[in-house]
Amino acid sequence: MKKIIKYVFADILRNKIVLGYTIFLLLISMSVFNLEDNSSKGLLSLLNIILIIVPLVSIIFSTIYIYNSAEFIELLVSQPLKRKHIWGSLFTGLAGSLSLSFLVGAGLPVMIYTPMDIGLVMTGMGLLLTVIFVAIAMFAAVITRDKAKGIGISIFLWLYFSLLFDGLVLFILFQFEDYPLEKFMVVASALNPIDLGRILILLKMDISALMGYTGAVFRDFFGTQSGFIIAIGILLSWIITTFWLSLRKFNRKDL
Amino acid sequence: MIIANNVSKKFGKLKALNNVSVTCNKGECIALVGPNGSGKTTFIKSILGMVVPDSGFITFNGKNIVHDWLYRRHIGYMPQIGRYPDNMTIGQVFNMMKDIRSDGKNGQTDESLAEKFGLNELLHKRMRTLSGGTRQKVSASLAFLFDPDVLILDEPTAGLDPVASEILKEKITGEKSKGKLILITSHVLSELDDLITHIIYMQDGNLLFHKKIGDLQKDTGEQKLSRAIASVMLKK
Repeated sequence: MKKIIKYVFADILRNKIVLGYTIFLLLISMSVFNLEDNSSKGLLSLLNIILIIVPLVSIIFSTIYIYNSAEFIELLVSQPLKRKHIWGSLFTGLAGSLSLSFLVGAGLPVMIYTPMDIGLVMTGMGLLLTVIFVAIAMFAAVITRDKAKGIGISIFLWLYFSLLFDGLVLFILFQFEDYPLEKFMVVASALNPIDLGRILILLKMDISALMGYTGAVFRDFFGTQSGFIIAIGILLSWIITTFWLSLRKFNRKDL
Repeated sequence: MIIANNVSKKFGKLKALNNVSVTCNKGECIALVGPNGSGKTTFIKSILGMVVPDSGFITFNGKNIVHDWLYRRHIGYMPQIGRYPDNMTIGQVFNMMKDIRSDGKNGQTDESLAEKFGLNELLHKRMRTLSGGTRQKVSASLAFLFDPDVLILDEPTAGLDPVASEILKEKITGEKSKGKLILITSHVLSELDDLITHIIYMQDGNLLFHKKIGDLQKDTGEQKLSRAIASVMLKK
């Protein structure tokens, strides 16, 4: 498995897009922190940019990469290798290189400009989101043979997680505003890794006081030590389940 | 050596393989013939585990291949259309394959075919710049590279020039004399005349017959393989 990971890594690094992504993130985070006079404001702007861009780049790049390596996958499948290892190596290579990009591009500046604990949570969330969306992309790429369809599914999934889902939750919230929905909100946030990441980061910042009553419920649940661990657990299970689903599909795929 | 038992595979509505059962033994050189779309490539791909059959099973040396993958180290496969990562050079592809299969038989590789094809001068060329014939040469060299016990060649001579085609045939004959199992699909039957010992004829996913070449000649009364097959095809 190590050998295949090596080749996937080498191939991705030869691709200039990952380098461009790193520089892009670095430029954004540096400019945000240098424009704002206080780092907390800068962090908030950066948070919003990152929560849009990181999932988008991770999911689109990974989907296209999987489709473009169709030949590579075909070649490997006819060799004495386990399919599990081939798929796992692709996942490790993609998740590893994109995480590295994020770490250099956004993680470093955040660590430099902001207090330690917020910086750590922010970087951790960015990394988790990267890996989650790589897993989602691999699932999208494995369910259909058609490249255009696969990329379409990926874009739609990204749109869903970053915009549509929030709209849906808001809609439900307004429709049922007479009922107590706080518990529902906590559960709903677990269904969207981006929201969960956002909540965890906001709770670490002072502005969570502005989030009103629901914010207090979130604070109550996710603000505690055990709540935080549960939230991380949920994010990790997002990675594991999605990857497992895609692996199951890949194991039975005809090439 | 390879036993297929009632293997069936559907692609949507199309029945690519319909209850195919075959036994292939060491030392045989089997030609897999049949019209286009008769399921030859699908059958080969199911032996390699690239296509997962809907029902039935395939064993390799007595072991079911479903949960096995190591058996593939005994197989050299030359695909019909060799597809390789575009931005790798020929040399890199060779090195990668050697690296991946290095735990194979005593680490020795058989590069005579690559040498004869003159691929050694092209090692720095990227795969996407290669012509169809050169690609085929790479595929063929890779299939023979690890001195496998079983060779599966899907349309080996398609796209090769006469010289290269002759080199490949010589190589196949040489491997056959070492007692290996060789499975070939081809449309150019005259090329196979002096090579093969058995013949499998497929049509619309069904295996119509699996005979020794001598029996086929006797049954049809034709000496030439292509004419024998043609007479079978016309009779159906």
